[in-house]
Amino acid sequence: MSDQTVRDKSDVSSQALSRVESSHHDHSHLHLEAPEKPYLDSNELIINMGPQHPATHGVLRVILKLDGEKVLGTECVIGYLHRGVEKIGENRTYTMFNPYVDRMDYVAAVSNGLGYCEAVEKLMNVEAPARAKYIRVILTELNRIASHQLWLGTHALDIGAMTPLFYTFRDREEILKIFEKYCGARLTTHAFRIGGCQYETYAGFEKEVKNFLTFVAPKIDEYEELLTTNRIWLERTKNVGVISGDDCVALGVTGPVLRASGVKWDLRKAQPYAAYSEFDFEIPTGENGDTYDRYLVRMAEMRQSLRIIEQAVNGIPEGPIMGKVPKVIKPPVGEIYHSIEAPKGELGYFIVSDGSTQPYRLRVRPPSFVNLQALDVMVRGLLVADVIAVIGTLDIVLGEVDR
Amino acid sequence: MLNEFMSYLGSNVTPGGANNQLWALIYVLIIFAGVSVAVMAMNWFERKALAHFQIRLGPMRVGPHGLLQPIADALKLMLKEDIIPQEADQFVFWIAPVIGLLAAFTVYTVIPFGPSQAVSDMNIGILFMLGVSSLGVLGIVVAGWASNSHYPLIGALRSSAQMVSYEIAMGLAVVSAILMTSFNASGTGTLSMIGIVRSQQQQGIWFIFKFFPLGLVAFVNFVVAMIAETNRAPFDMAEAESELTAGYHTEYSGLRWSLFMLSEYAAMIAVSSIAVTLWLGGWLRPFPNLLHAPGWDFVFSLFPGLTFLGLAAIAFIGVARMPAHFSFKIQRIGLAAFAAILGFIALLLLLIAVAGRSSSSDTSIAARFREGIDYVYWFVLKVALFMYLFIWLRATWPRYRFDQLMRIGWKVLLPITLGVLVLTAIVGVIVS
Repeated sequence: MSDQTVRDKSDVSSQALSRVESSHHDHSHLHLEAPEKPYLDSNELIINMGPQHPATHGVLRVILKLDGEKVLGTECVIGYLHRGVEKIGENRTYTMFNPYVDRMDYVAAVSNGLGYCEAVEKLMNVEAPARAKYIRVILTELNRIASHQLWLGTHALDIGAMTPLFYTFRDREEILKIFEKYCGARLTTHAFRIGGCQYETYAGFEKEVKNFLTFVAPKIDEYEELLTTNRIWLERTKNVGVISGDDCVALGVTGPVLRASGVKWDLRKAQPYAAYSEFDFEIPTGENGDTYDRYLVRMAEMRQSLRIIEQAVNGIPEGPIMGKVPKVIKPPVGEIYHSIEAPKGELGYFIVSDGSTQPYRLRVRPPSFVNLQALDVMVRGLLVADVIAVIGTLDIVLGEVDR
Repeated sequence: MLNEFMSYLGSNVTPGGANNQLWALIYVLIIFAGVSVAVMAMNWFERKALAHFQIRLGPMRVGPHGLLQPIADALKLMLKEDIIPQEADQFVFWIAPVIGLLAAFTVYTVIPFGPSQAVSDMNIGILFMLGVSSLGVLGIVVAGWASNSHYPLIGALRSSAQMVSYEIAMGLAVVSAILMTSFNASGTGTLSMIGIVRSQQQQGIWFIFKFFPLGLVAFVNFVVAMIAETNRAPFDMAEAESELTAGYHTEYSGLRWSLFMLSEYAAMIAVSSIAVTLWLGGWLRPFPNLLHAPGWDFVFSLFPGLTFLGLAAIAFIGVARMPAHFSFKIQRIGLAAFAAILGFIALLLLLIAVAGRSSSSDTSIAARFREGIDYVYWFVLKVALFMYLFIWLRATWPRYRFDQLMRIGWKVLLPITLGVLVLTAIVGVIVS
């Protein structure tokens, strides 16, 4: 590589970064630290983290401006996994698009499907029967646990603890087995249909879910045993990537990140969907909004999910699993925004219908994409190692960021 | 030459002490081969142990229970294309792993596996070890610099800062152990590695227990510093995979990369031997004070044979547990052969132990042979425990951040080791 190209590249990234900075002047309350010096006169180091980097959770590229190891600014470059999901949605019928949403947040495919199906149902003004709603809740909460387990394993791996990854994957396997038995797929499940569920639960479903509950509760304690009071874990996560509740709200950050900053906002309680209004559960919140609180909040959420599943399995009603929906789905003209609490935050679908079989416009509000905005605010002034920790704690899935 | 060869036999000093170059060369070759084999064994054991910590099986395919995996890996690395980045400083890039390797292996010249089982007994042995082993950092810095790339540069800077800071705490802990050697009748201490173990023998106490808890604290500090010094978890900043891809050796591949790995593991063994020599009585067997009757000597001399017998038994159990399917036939035969070799070594060692039993004629070849085996066995066993510690820590703990690491080095380890040093001096003067 010649000198010329090297200079060109750093020019490009410096322009990118100065763009970030100038945009930050608009939100002066978010502006933590502005480097005063011009780029090429200083000894700052600009490095590319990603898109092929072991700890950026896929193909995220972060341009880091470093002073030694201190982070002066970041710029996220996304789009390496862009597949045009929203545009595909405009060219498929409502039914055909259903499996596509699984490919966004592929570690929480069930949640994606739930959000989409409910949005279309709302648009068509139909409602899924009670039994279908319960099945949806059970599977979605199982998926939330699976998603949090995957988050915990990779987050711990990023911070250097290799072993929790294998423990969480061992236990996540049990959830995937239930999914596989229910709908034949493990990851991209396509578990729900517009109007309800296609599949009745298999024989022994309830027993298996209950077995899972008793199996996984001590396992969550096991993860906590390795990390919660670990001195190194505390030092690596406490007061790292702090973000205030106000900043979260200003940036549109949702999910466990928002709750760890002390804002008690959970769509399952705030605007209950599916059958959530019938269950008794708490919204765990943190106080400091640091990486450790986010860790605690997600660990507590796993336990709350267990509670919800237990109530749902015990109270699952008999009855049909499919509502009254026509063979050809043709919602009336109109628009709808429906959002659910996905494991990573608020997952919303905005659908504009022109009365045909295909959406006129379909827009997804992915939690990962919005939460990723907070990265720059959270890591300024920290060290390189903290960038990794913060990317991990934001719990992003690039499939959802890029869509 | 034959004369030179024969004249050393029966001598009870090191080849260096006897000024016998031929035997020194033989010892060097034995140690070089031994350490290389130990690194390979360590490689296999680390992967296996780590796998079992993490509910995996680890290598299972190449040879029975992956026993041939290190050989396959070494072969693969040797056959790989040797890539030198175009923008790298070619010569420096080439020489960096060699510097690291030299530093790691030169240390072994003074490591005493027994009173005469060392290449040389240098009178400044421990100083030499600390000096040479700290040369390893040069290889790392040079590698990071020559790669002409950001990640290796940051990795190299991290690890040089880390090694330099921890060397101070490490040195002070070593000094407090050296100070302990001087609390005897003549009042003179020693820097010789063999001398340090001898003085533990004479004082009748391993330095880890001396002036309890001062020796223990110094030992623990040394262990922490030595883990940091060798860039191992939880202080593996330099090659923090999740942050810096592979740290200073990001640009290295193939044989050069494997040289870095070899020197890292060799350095781990080297610092562990320092710890063993300074605090854990080197080649001395455990409980020399409690169980000192001549009969006990014989019992303890059975340990090497029994250890190999145990390994052979484990291997035979492995054979028995293998699936009966015919496709496992070669693996079964291989593992059985391996078990048989271990069993044969065990028998040989037991035979030597029994033959060398007659304590009256100390000069008999069998007795001397038995003694030598005992020394090396206890030394290697103690070092092996440290190796297990390294793996255990790696499997259990997250990684410290760079600034926290420096804080521990300067604000925790340094004051403690200094305090221990001062207290050791005061207590030593009062007691003796």
